[in-house]
This record gives sequence, structure tokens and C-alpha cells, in this order.
Amino acid sequence: MYEEIIKRKNEIIKKAVGIDYSKFEIEGIAFDYERMMKEVSYTFDEIKKIQSETQVGNTPLVELKNLTKLVRMYSKKGKGARIFLKDEATNPSGSFKDRRASVSVYHAKTHNYKGVIAATSGNYGAAVASQAAKYNLRVIIVQETFDSKHIGQPEILEKGRACEAYGAEVVQLTVGPELFYYTLKLLDETGFFDASLYTPFGIAGIETLGYEVATQVKERFGKFPDAVVITHAGGGNVTGTARGLKMAGAVNTKVIGASVDLRGLHMASDHDFNRKSFTTGHTGFGIPFAAYPDRVDVPRNAARSLRYLDRYVLVTQGEVFFTTEALAQVEGMMRGPAGNTSLAAAIGIAKEMDEDDILVVQETEYTGAGKLPSAQLTFAKKMGITVKNGDSLKEDVPGKVIAIPESIEQIGVIEYPLENLKRSYIKEAIKIYDKKEFSETEIEFMAKDTRSTIDEIKERLEVLRNDKIR
Amino acid sequence: MAKKGEWVKIHDVILNPSDRAQSLPDDTKQVPFEMWLNGFLNHDAKIGEIVEITTLSGRKVKGTLVEINPRYTHDFGEPLPELLKIGPILKSMLEKRD
Repeated sequence: MYEEIIKRKNEIIKKAVGIDYSKFEIEGIAFDYERMMKEVSYTFDEIKKIQSETQVGNTPLVELKNLTKLVRMYSKKGKGARIFLKDEATNPSGSFKDRRASVSVYHAKTHNYKGVIAATSGNYGAAVASQAAKYNLRVIIVQETFDSKHIGQPEILEKGRACEAYGAEVVQLTVGPELFYYTLKLLDETGFFDASLYTPFGIAGIETLGYEVATQVKERFGKFPDAVVITHAGGGNVTGTARGLKMAGAVNTKVIGASVDLRGLHMASDHDFNRKSFTTGHTGFGIPFAAYPDRVDVPRNAARSLRYLDRYVLVTQGEVFFTTEALAQVEGMMRGPAGNTSLAAAIGIAKEMDEDDILVVQETEYTGAGKLPSAQLTFAKKMGITVKNGDSLKEDVPGKVIAIPESIEQIGVIEYPLENLKRSYIKEAIKIYDKKEFSETEIEFMAKDTRSTIDEIKERLEVLRNDKIR
Repeated sequence: MAKKGEWVKIHDVILNPSDRAQSLPDDTKQVPFEMWLNGFLNHDAKIGEIVEITTLSGRKVKGTLVEINPRYTHDFGEPLPELLKIGPILKSMLEKRD
């Protein structure tokens, strides 16, 4: 059964997303990304209309005045940017994921699918279920929920509850990439639409977020934001937001990706699964998805963060817990954890920026049982993780120690050089396409896909080729 | 005893360890790939019996009956001293500044 379904992957996906990806293929690794984005999805105005009819988007932009004050106490004179937060928790199901779901579910409805399926342990499930409820479509959410002892990550359990509350069938699975097999099986059995996170629909839906950030700041302050910090998981959030910023004309706004540092924990490990206090927005997604975007369920991933990133930073688990607590205690906003990854990074980054600079954190999410730091940390302790106060950047060890800072002074970021990701991209290309020589067309594509020059691609290829020989 | 029409949870083993995907970490390779699913029971049954349910999407699925009226088990956790101290520290800093 397993082999049979996997063999039919392309046929099942083609029917379930209704996209003929083959027409965008050029040669080898190269495909026409911009043409795919333009032809498959909807125009920006159509998406605005789709979202406004389902109460998605147009979320408030909140200035975090107390946090900014606190940051300035630890910044050099004249430093400490103004920090703003886009309150995406005010979307119908409580996160920016409604933007992604709105376009996919609209497409499913208008193309006569009876239902939608999404494989996700995150807020996206609730978003798809919420949108499906509005359009009267059936919905199945497939979650990676438990380890082999049937212990569930509280954040994922909460997301499952939310999906069910919106009327979704929730399939809860144990750890493993076979989730993809089971999702294919369900798509095949039901004929439902595959509301994949990585189709052009899922990415175009986020462009309105970047566009709103740019225009809200411009209207209030007469200039575009100096930088936007975006939590980086599979790369969709970075890609969609950055594209929206550019559409609004904010071409000089720095695009900064941020992930929680969980390096060292294996994504498919039964043991490591419940030793992560973060279920997404961490390095287990951020690094591999940036370096090889096409590792997803659909043939070509519309989320390609290396095309847009100006900088990529990591924060520790302890820093995010501190930030979540600070946001509630001094700004009166109980949110997260997801958006607070980029907020933790923003606190570190704001210290380096001028005080009249504007730094935007572009998402929040609803919180509550299972998601709150108290729920996560109680669970972490139960799983044998040491939770203590301390200098997080030095003492946090993923899977072993969560050190929670006591002061803004201890909040900073870990730089992850983009060059490392761009080299990994080439390394993956060599591995996946099983060749060391790429045509001029492919090299040109790789340059665009990683915001590099052709000479840089050739230089990286040369270095990696020599590495292999040695 | 669960009655027809009651909201229940079933369990099923989707893949035995020997049928699992290649390239899994060793710990994951040794355990089966399992599923839990909620739905309305299609006939009277006892815990531990193989039953059929109708899910919220309208599918009919078979599995072992494990729970009647399954409870959401996650909660808000316990108050943590490591977090509780943060608010007062930050608030006193803001007071000093004001």
C-alpha cells in the first residue's frame, strides 16, 4: 500500500491541487517562478477582495512603547528603534495563517471540490478549518501529534482542539515523514483539494500582509519601515511578506528572518519530538527549507526565502519565553508563541538601530491552554528538561536546558550567515540533481533563487565540487 | 459500553516498524506509525473492540475503540517562578524611568 501510494504521488497531487507544474519547468533545477506565481494564483486585488469577504487581514499595527523604552535603557545613546507589532491574532482563527488559507479554500470552493485537506500541526489547520466553515466545505487536518508513548505536545494538542472546534476531522499521527503518505492516501480516497502550504495560493495570500505593513507605516510616518522581522519556518511567511512589501514600494526595507535555535534536535526523531518547546518557526524548518525549498509535498515550492532575505538570525527558546512574558506584562498583549520568535529577535536588533528607525514584527497569534509559556514549560520539565533563569544565549541547550533571561540586557540574536544557507543550497542541488555540472540556464536560475550573482554561484559550485573530490 | 452515535476515539496502527519509510532515525524506525481519530460511533461496542466511526468530514473509518467522549488533556500548566519574576522586574524599571 505504502509503495503504491508513493509511486502515484505526482498523479494524486496534480488532481488535488489542480496545478500543472510541468508547464513552468525550464531545465533541471530551473523553472519559471514568477510566471508560476502570476498564472496560477489570483491578482493582488482579487486576493484583497477574497480576504475582505471572509474578514481576513486589515489587522492593527501596534506600537510597543514600553518595550521600546526598555530596549533604549540598554542601547547606546541615539540607538533603540521604535518597535511595532502587526496584531495578526485578530484574524478569524487567530493567526496570519488565515491569509494563506483564505485563497486556497476559495479556490477549492470555486473549483467544485467537496472538501479540503491540509497536513499541518500548526495554526494553519485552524485557519483552513475556519475558512472551510465559511464556505461550507468539508475539512480534514492531518497532524503529527504524539510520540510512541502517546504523549502529545501541548501546543499541537491545542491546535487539534481548535481545528475540531471549527468542524474539522483531525487525524492525529505519531512522529514520522509517513504523514505525507497518509495525507496522499486521504487525498486519493476523498478527492478533496490539497490546501498545501506551499502552492502559489498559500504564498500569494500573505502578500497582503507585507503590503499592509508597508502602507500602514507609510501613512503614519511618511516613510516605509526600516526593517521587518519575520519568523522563518517553511519560508512562506518570509516570501509572501517580502513580496508584499516590494509591491507596496518598500524596496529598501530590510527583510530579516528569525528562527528559534533548535539545532541538534532531529525532526523525525521519536525521542526529540517532545523535547522541542516550539512546534514551528525553528531551525528544524528554517535552515533546510531555505536551503532546499522543493522538499515539500508539491513539485515546486512557492516559498523561496533566499530570494528575499537580507539577514537571518536565531534566538533561543529562553529568549522567546521571556519575550512572551514581557509582551503580556508590559504591553498588555497575551499572544504567541509564534510571532514572539521574531519579537525576541527584534528586541536584539532594535538595540543596534537608530532611535528614529522603525522596526516591524509582522505577526502575533492567539494563545491559551497548551500554547502559553506556563503550559510549554510545565511540559518541558515533565520531559526532563532543565528550566532555569540565566543567560540564554550562553546556557540554552536545545532538548536539555531552557535558560530564561531576567533582563532585556540579555536579549540578543545569533547571526546565521546567509552565505552558509546559499552554500547549502548548492550542496543540496548537487545531491538532488545528482550532478556537478549545471547549464548556464540552471546557473542563472540558481543565482535568482538565492539572490546571488552568476559568479558567486560558479564560485560556490567550484568550492563544493573540490570538496567532494577531496 | 459505548452506544451508537456517541462521540469516541479510535486507534489504529498504520505501518508496522518493518513497513516504515527508509532513512528514519533509529529510535523512530523501531516503533509503529500510529493514528488516533475521533468520530461518531456507528454501532454499540465495548472499549478494545474494533469499531466503525463516522468522522466530522463524513468518512467511515475502522479502528480500536479506546475512549468514549474523549477529553482534551492539555491545560495552562503550572505558574513558573522563572517567569513570574520577569513582570515585576520590567515594571519597576519602567517606573524608575517615568
